[in-house]
Amino acid sequence: MDSLEIIIKYWPKLLDGTLMTLKLTFLSVLVAAIISPFLALTRANASPMVQAPLRLYISFIRGTPILAQLFLIYYGSGQFRPILQEWGLWSFFRDPFNCALLTFVLNTTAYQTEILRGGIMGVNRGEIEAGKALGMNKLRILQRIVFPHAYRIAWPALGNEIILMMKASALASVVTIFDILGRTRQIFSRTFDFSIYLWAAILYLCITAIFVLIWRQAELRLNKHIAPSDHLSADKK
Amino acid sequence: MFELFSFGENGWGDEILDGVAITAQLAIATLPIGLFIGFIVAFAAMSKNKPLRAIGYGYTTLMRGLPEILTLFVVYNGAGLLLNTIIKWWNVDAQPIDFSPFIAGVIALAMVFGAFSAEVLRGAFNALDEGQVEAGRAVGMSPNVIFWRIKLPQIWRFALPGLGNLWINMLKDTSLVSIIALNDLMRMTKVAVAFTKQPFTFYLVACLIYWLMSLLSEIILAKMEQNANRGIMRV
Repeated sequence: MDSLEIIIKYWPKLLDGTLMTLKLTFLSVLVAAIISPFLALTRANASPMVQAPLRLYISFIRGTPILAQLFLIYYGSGQFRPILQEWGLWSFFRDPFNCALLTFVLNTTAYQTEILRGGIMGVNRGEIEAGKALGMNKLRILQRIVFPHAYRIAWPALGNEIILMMKASALASVVTIFDILGRTRQIFSRTFDFSIYLWAAILYLCITAIFVLIWRQAELRLNKHIAPSDHLSADKK
Repeated sequence: MFELFSFGENGWGDEILDGVAITAQLAIATLPIGLFIGFIVAFAAMSKNKPLRAIGYGYTTLMRGLPEILTLFVVYNGAGLLLNTIIKWWNVDAQPIDFSPFIAGVIALAMVFGAFSAEVLRGAFNALDEGQVEAGRAVGMSPNVIFWRIKLPQIWRFALPGLGNLWINMLKDTSLVSIIALNDLMRMTKVAVAFTKQPFTFYLVACLIYWLMSLLSEIILAKMEQNANRGIMRV
């Protein structure tokens, strides 16, 4: 069977894997995007005592491989099986998809929090004072001034983080999830045709390319009112 | 509890330490090769030659867009296949050989490190003050001397924070080689788990060891940055 026949025969499986990769990435990024603003605010404003556990969590996540985190949750939960069963949580931890999702959420939340904290710290104090002078309450200042500006600053870095998350989601294949890489390994083990890896590479590159385009469009919309020569259009890397 | 991690017959301390040694060897072997690739790709991307520039940019875009683990599989399986094809072509009766996972790991990690470090190095080259290069030329330095005396020390200073981050990322990425059967820290932990049935304890210890290595790297890198920036006024 030559390479072309293999891709014709197996493309539905690869498509299935692509959907799984997108689903894992989208869900983890979404949940993290809901949690991280609160954590970022804490990181930017709260007292050192309140921040301490948060800093520890972020340092741990950033200092350990995501594969080790995944194994800690997926295999590690087995050690507490009786307790988890008692609490009715075992059915959650038994499913590799849930464990992978939980790991990715914990991981990307830490990174997104740090990125967003940078954005919040970058908001001009004068603008916040202007809000106070206009009689806005704290919530309104956050909603109208701090977060819109923080997201503008953090946007490119957040995009990078989402791409990193999408790439890291390939690790889910190690715990028997059939994402792009999982399907690729499965097909390779049946056909021993190396070209399937190249198709997988093309799929990952396409996802990245399409995402970069969408993200840049969104950035342009966010910054519509600012001249394109503004600091936001500078290189972020 | 402590017996689990003791050294010798009953404990897993020595096995895990062996794993740490492999992880460290892998990271240390990757660094110079990765940096070398990084310099080559950075030079290619900055070259005046258009095809060369396209190759430089193409390489960084490609490698940064692929999951590290996919690169590892491609290198491990692909290079293995290639090697055996060449051997077969050389000598039809030759036995197929197994491609060393350590070498595959170093090559894959160095390819990834090279792509990311090329971007950091390119940024550092761009940050160079052109006037200093001109000053070097004015006092009669050859291009070679200018590179070693003026450009490189400053590139080092500009690139160090970025390279430090990449080093820590690469250190963490070494855990991926456990999937292609190399006895690194991650793999030894897995073996210990299979025997003791205490996955959480052992994976937590593995995490703590990685964490320790990352924190240690951060401390050393901060010292190196301080050293590289001596003589620079803080604004």
